[in-house]
Order: sequence, then C-alpha cells, then structure tokens
Amino acid sequence: MAKKKLKEHVINRHWCKGCGICVSLCPKKVLELDEFDKVVAAHPEQCITCKLCEKICPDLAITVEIEEVEEAKAHE
Amino acid sequence: MSVHDYIRERFFPHMWCAGCGHGTILNGLIRAVSELGIRKRNLVMVTGIGCSARISGYVDFHSLHTIHGRALAFATGVKLSRPELNVIVPMGDGDGLSIGGNHFIHAARRNINLTALIMNNRTYGMTGGQFSPMSGLGIKASTAPYNNIDNSFDVVELAKAAGATFVARTTTFHVNQLSDLIKAAIQHNGFSVVEIFTQCPTYFGRKNKLGGAPEMLQVFKERTVPVGSPKKQEDPSLMERGIFVDIDRPEYCDEYRKLIERAQEG
Repeated sequence: MAKKKLKEHVINRHWCKGCGICVSLCPKKVLELDEFDKVVAAHPEQCITCKLCEKICPDLAITVEIEEVEEAKAHE
Repeated sequence: MSVHDYIRERFFPHMWCAGCGHGTILNGLIRAVSELGIRKRNLVMVTGIGCSARISGYVDFHSLHTIHGRALAFATGVKLSRPELNVIVPMGDGDGLSIGGNHFIHAARRNINLTALIMNNRTYGMTGGQFSPMSGLGIKASTAPYNNIDNSFDVVELAKAAGATFVARTTTFHVNQLSDLIKAAIQHNGFSVVEIFTQCPTYFGRKNKLGGAPEMLQVFKERTVPVGSPKKQEDPSLMERGIFVDIDRPEYCDEYRKLIERAQEG
C-alpha cells in the first residue's frame, strides 16, 4: 500500500516576508525563521505533510512536495 | 494545474504587508479554481479599490481593476454580455459595504450569478487604518482614537435580507473551509456572498493591541464556531462560520435570455 511521505519543503525565500504564521501554526513545529527572518524547514523529519503551511502562507512561498512510497519502505 | 499556473509570478512578492490575510485568501481562491478545473480563459476577476482590490493584479485570469465600490456594477456588465464566464468579485469591507453598499444590495436583489467575496479586515488599510462599516463598537482606528461608536453590519444578515441565494462565512485561519466555500460559491447559480475574516496586523491589529498575524489568527480560531454549534447558545458573542443560505431562485442572466427569446417570438 502506498503511503504519502515528505519529499521536500520548497521555500521561495524571495517571496517569504517572515510573518511567522507557518512557524506558529505548524502542528509539529517543523518550521523556523532564520537570522534573515525567512522560513526554513528546521525539522523536516517531523513533518506529517498536512500542508497547512502551504495553504495558509499569505505569500505563496511554501510548497510541500510529497512522494508516494510503499508501506514497508515508509517505516524504514 | 498547480497554484503557480494561476498567478502572475512577475508581480511577486506581492505588495501586501507581512502577515496580511489577503494573501491567504488569494491562496485559497487559487486552490478552489484549480480544484474545480476551471480554465483561466473562463475566469474573470473584477475588483474596486483598496488593499483587497489589488488581488486582481496577481491572478492570471481576465481581470478588471475598476473604481471604488463599483466592482459589482462592472461585473454585472461582464456577466450580462458573457454569461458563460465565471465572474469573481473580491471586495474589501469598506469597498463592498460602504462605498459600494448600494451595488452590493442590488446585485443580491437581482440574483445575478456573480461570486462576491468580502475580504473583511475591519479597516481601510491602504489609506492608513480609518474605521470601516465593519470595525464595530469600541474599536480603535486612526479616525477613532477614543474608540469607535459606530455599530457594524452583519454581512450575512445583510446579504440574506437583500436576497443573495448563497451566503457563507469563514476566516483565513480555516483554510480548508475557505477553499471549499469559494468552490461552492462559484458553483452556485445565483448571487453568492462569502464573507472572509482576514487579519490586518499593520493597522487593525496594531491599533487594537491584538498582537501580530499569528495571534490574530488564534482569535479567529477561538472566537468562531461552525453554524449551529451549541457553543453559540452559551456564548452569543461567538461568530458562526459555514453556509447560512443555499437556495435556488431564478437567476438574472437566465431570465434575461428567456425574455429576449420571448420578445423575438412575438
């Protein structure tokens, strides 16, 4: 059975204004603001691919790329 | 198609402030049209003036950036001449309900198939944070330094009374509901109104000491409940969100076409 797994958080640093909405609302605290007040995926391994950050980002700066993997592989 | 196929990337990053909810509405709107699979050539966006109105510059649809409060009048013209197009009219609370208040109630009365989105941030952001007809009692604004004494409209009740056949409300916190309601509003044959609470951290938030955008979103989460929730009976100050009206009534363009056919027979 295929399972959804995070491939990558694609973040457009040029569009991000550092409002911090994604950082505060992420249920797994995956995202952080760096020293330039731009969002970075600090803990991508905790991501549950809910895509809340992608959907709420007012600057359209985040895309959560997902890949389908086999159930067995997902637990490796 | 992905979200990026529906926007004019050359104008990004957009002009809205950091944390402004208007961007989240743009995000939800694009997801809605993308999920409906509507082609860009069949979409028209008409806006008036204000922060909210700048949304028409960022979408890669047919777009008209018109005069203050008159977006619905222009949209009515577009819809009557090309009824097959989907016409979306995002308006701010001041643009739609103050300057364009009459256009709003008469478009609703006529039941013309337009999708009106009220992007309600409770202030005039572009001109410096003056109070709007949605600010409400006790609110501080640059033109109400000793607190506002004006009552606000209830957009849902206003749209209902004026005859809108689809009326809904949501917030920029409830992003899934946001795109679902916009989808339902576009699909509805008749005048549809979706009120969207959106945050203006720059003026409304700062003047009223509500914190930044994340704190203002938290208020949307805590102070709204789904339609019909028993919590509303316990605390009447909570705002309901969801679909309030979804009824069928003769649509204006359909009736106009029938009228032309009838006249040509005679």
